[in-house]
Amino acid sequence: MNIPQTEFKVLSPSGILGYGFPEESFNRGIEMQPDMIAIDAGSVDPGPYYLGSGKSFTNRDGVKRDLRYILKAAYNLDIPAVIGSAGGCGAKPHVDWCREIAEEIAEEDNLAFTMGVIYADVDKEIIKTAIKAGKTRPLGGLPELDDATVDKATNIVAQMGIGPIKNAFDQGCQVVLAGRAYDPTAFAAKPISLGFDPALALHMGKILECAAIAASPGSGCDCVMGILHDDYFELVPLNPIREFTKNSTAAHSLYEKSDPYLLPGPGGMLDLSEVKFEELPEGRIKVSGTKFIPEENPTVKLEGTEKVGCRTISIAGTRDPIMIRQIDSILETVKENTSSMLESEGVKGEIFFHVYGKNGVMADLEPEKMESLEVCVLIETLADSQNDADAICSIVRSTLLHYGYPGRIATAGNLAFPFSPSDISAGDVYKFSIYHLLEIDENDVFKTEIHEL
Amino acid sequence: MKMKLIDAATVIRSKNCSPFELTMDIIIKDEADFQAIKDANAINKEVIAEAYGIPLDKVKKVIYFDVARAIKAVMDRPVASGAPGDTDVYGAQQHAPLLKLELEV
Repeated sequence: MNIPQTEFKVLSPSGILGYGFPEESFNRGIEMQPDMIAIDAGSVDPGPYYLGSGKSFTNRDGVKRDLRYILKAAYNLDIPAVIGSAGGCGAKPHVDWCREIAEEIAEEDNLAFTMGVIYADVDKEIIKTAIKAGKTRPLGGLPELDDATVDKATNIVAQMGIGPIKNAFDQGCQVVLAGRAYDPTAFAAKPISLGFDPALALHMGKILECAAIAASPGSGCDCVMGILHDDYFELVPLNPIREFTKNSTAAHSLYEKSDPYLLPGPGGMLDLSEVKFEELPEGRIKVSGTKFIPEENPTVKLEGTEKVGCRTISIAGTRDPIMIRQIDSILETVKENTSSMLESEGVKGEIFFHVYGKNGVMADLEPEKMESLEVCVLIETLADSQNDADAICSIVRSTLLHYGYPGRIATAGNLAFPFSPSDISAGDVYKFSIYHLLEIDENDVFKTEIHEL
Repeated sequence: MKMKLIDAATVIRSKNCSPFELTMDIIIKDEADFQAIKDANAINKEVIAEAYGIPLDKVKKVIYFDVARAIKAVMDRPVASGAPGDTDVYGAQQHAPLLKLELEV
């Protein structure tokens, strides 16, 4: 581009690809002639299962619906479109799942474009070499990374910064499907490559990645527009029921963050300590003063999971006050009895009771004492195989059902089961095992493939 | 003077800020109440640790965020999100003890 652009408009349709958005809001955004459509598809919120198993936490039909709007509009307006953390967790199975959906849409709707697909999976040998060189650091109180943890992990991804997405645009891509990406980068890479201020572009991306959550009333499934200028950016609601207020926008920088002033990401830290908000007519807001503090040795954040076993659950309730009064000691005894029975048969596993009505939600953090008429006892068992998890759940359930606790006068059975069958095989269980920084040049991690559709 | 937090706040919520940490956000309705709480440092690590019955070193930080009239606390999760023994994968229902807080301002 020879003439420097003075503003750059980014349409953010929804907080997560597949969560949906109103067609009217999207069309209002399209009427404003955006320079790009970008959306974040990812989150670690739904827990370790999705990264571990390679499955998406979003529904395929929902993703296809949202993506069809985005790809058609990008094609018709001849503007770029970026999907960040494709498929939810952004590992290869997730990215390929999303790529297949994009290819289906292009075929069905006769769309033609160059698509960059960026994989975010990190080679285990790269990580092991970095461990030896002391170039990994733990986050969230985890221990230092070791080779055994790397070997056991199912999928390991790194959050990409703006570099790989910029490179895909440089290679002529109109649509970019990025694997795991730091959320703001899908929105910020293109304008930064055009010369806009990285601090403002990333801050705008940080807000746009949640779509209308920062507006009032907030929503994760409604469209907003971000307009980046030389030394400020504007946020524009695309639904007349919403407005960006000073308070709603400022409060958003608290959301899911450990610090509202300093937001770390690949390559450096956003510093919001001197940000100014100015309310404008029609629910718009002007934001300025964001700073970026670059990292001396750039890092990427690794996310990895390992399989811990298989789960079986059984849901039951009790309404007996004599039982409820001594629920803790009853469950403890049942656990002991069944554990020794299983041990003698060589079956290994773990037993958890979630007692709703007592402390099912907060467990050890619950400061209040129970005063419930009825409680729900959710039996959870974990073992290396589904067969063993099922076997343990079965024996715990039958033992609890007929256990003769002290003072028992309801001698026909201790549990009310809402369902038959009472036990549910819940499949594979994962845990987050890697949440570490890796000191590396991001060009050495992420691999881009280019496809002509 | 005693102030009931639930009367002064418009938002009291909890959420994961990583798979290993929880963050509590409190947004205060009016500026004067926020300033009074801030001036008295009435929400601090000790207050949070006591509300949840956890050791003080489990509370990582308490930050006052003026522009949003907000107070943020960060604590370690007892169990990582979704790991065996967890009870709240998103961490979105761990806020209740804060609803009962009475502050000395």
